[in-house]
Amino acid sequence: MIDLQTFNIIPVMPEIIMALMGMVLLIFAVSQGNKSYRIVSWYVVLTCITVGAILLRFPQGVSITFGGMFVTEPFAVFMKLLVLAGASLVLLMSITYMQREKIARFEYPILILFSTLGMMVMLSANDLISLYMGLELQSLPLYVLAAFNRDNLKSSEAGLKYFVLGALSSGLLLYGCSMVYGFAGTTNFIGLAEVFALEATPVAGVVVGLVFILVGLLFKISAVPFHMWSPDVYEGAPSSVTAFFAVVPKIAAIGLLIRVSMSAFGGIAEQWQQVLMLVAMGSMIVGSMAAIVQTNIKRLMAYSSIGHMGYALIGLTAASSAGVQGLLVYMMIYMFTTAGVFAIILLMVRKNMQVETIDDLAGLAQYKPLMALCMAVLMFSMAGIPPLAGFFGKLFVFQAAMAEGMYTLAIVGVLTSVIAAYYYLRIIKVMYFDSATEQLDNVEDSGSNFVMRASAFFAVVFITIAWPIVEAIHYAVDSLLFL
Amino acid sequence: MAEYEQLLNIGMAHYLTVSAILFVLGVFGIFLNKRNMIVILMSIELILLSVVINMVTFSSYLQDLTGQVFAMFILTVAAAEAAIGLAILITFFRNKGSIAVEDIRAMKG
Repeated sequence: MIDLQTFNIIPVMPEIIMALMGMVLLIFAVSQGNKSYRIVSWYVVLTCITVGAILLRFPQGVSITFGGMFVTEPFAVFMKLLVLAGASLVLLMSITYMQREKIARFEYPILILFSTLGMMVMLSANDLISLYMGLELQSLPLYVLAAFNRDNLKSSEAGLKYFVLGALSSGLLLYGCSMVYGFAGTTNFIGLAEVFALEATPVAGVVVGLVFILVGLLFKISAVPFHMWSPDVYEGAPSSVTAFFAVVPKIAAIGLLIRVSMSAFGGIAEQWQQVLMLVAMGSMIVGSMAAIVQTNIKRLMAYSSIGHMGYALIGLTAASSAGVQGLLVYMMIYMFTTAGVFAIILLMVRKNMQVETIDDLAGLAQYKPLMALCMAVLMFSMAGIPPLAGFFGKLFVFQAAMAEGMYTLAIVGVLTSVIAAYYYLRIIKVMYFDSATEQLDNVEDSGSNFVMRASAFFAVVFITIAWPIVEAIHYAVDSLLFL
Repeated sequence: MAEYEQLLNIGMAHYLTVSAILFVLGVFGIFLNKRNMIVILMSIELILLSVVINMVTFSSYLQDLTGQVFAMFILTVAAAEAAIGLAILITFFRNKGSIAVEDIRAMKG
């Protein structure tokens, strides 16, 4: 059983480099104190870019190592690249923000680095043990990040709420892991897939375990009915941390959900399809209805993100290659556009104070036309209006659902996206047609400005670059499904 | 040897029942508890330990070491999780002066 393959560390190189960089930077930063905040942040961005470049040069095909615990294939590489891009974008826009808020401590970029490392382990997990370890390595820094503004009541309360519910969800996931282990006899995903290929109807213990695992993962992507933590945590955490929550962990959790459901439990798809279908419908409905009454833009983004997770899950519910492709396109577009919206939220400063209600954007178009234009483009894209990026994400997942005959799901999706368009358009109305009472400050923040422009640019030009991206995603999904 | 056979009469189902009871106690401890945050931290530990019992039971039943390895990892992570939970609780206490569950309501959701 033990051979050279077991100790092949080449597939794990990106994670090893990342972990080493994290530890080196931690020692460096501890010796230098908080004045090293900016340089450490830039080093973390550089590490993400370097690791991304290494991943791009990775050998094609599937490689499994560490006794079957760790797998790398184009699917994992693609998802890791998305996670790294998301983490770098969030860091870019938060460097100056943290200094404005006077919470620029060096732990911030390092916690983000370790959390990103956890996500990379999650995305390569091929065993329930590595799944759990990756998930915890991702979650523990996130709890601390939510409470990062430690002198602020809201922030520490957000951290506390996130911790309790996150720990509960890990507990549920673990209980599910133990049931699956006990009744299927293995924790390895390939082993599980072999078990389920043989038996058409699994024993009840496995189904119970599967549901618990799904609940744990759905908690992490804040899908209904496990969404109650997310508006509070989004509102209370510092805005740059909220941006990180909204963008990066969701991609990792969705990637893990795809791998668990399609490759480990792919043989018993009809067992989880029903669950995911209800969850997707609930998320779309709650995401569109509850966001209408919000006045705080961070809470609004929380509900918007719940809704987006609903649309994304349509792709997984279809349980087909086309569905997963649609899901990946959706997540990619979601990541880039959400990063842009949060860059604009970080730029909402009045009299040196962060403001975060929708009315604070009133009349923005009259004195900051570029910022208003970027926001309008991103809002149109999120509402799914062609020819912007968001439209294609929705198009692909709805197509996949229709191809599998899931008409109810597609119809609910279309109807809720019409409702959701109301609150996206309301922001545009406030920016363009309301008169400004007080203007927002001009903030010296090239990082956020860059992310805002790049994200709006991406939303506009996506239609011209869609084809190569879809091809790449097709290739990535193929590598997963035929494992 | 007779004692050993006596022990074997306690089957897997007994262990699983104990761990299921502990798990349910832990989950209810989180949701029904109205007074103290520390009780919630204890409930989280209870959930994790019930999983450990499950893992070890299955490991012994299946004659497979994976479950025990998993159990060791869970114990390690549980320690880290408790440390972080307490640290966050302390920052909350410093801002609010209380750790009562009903005081956690600066944001309505």
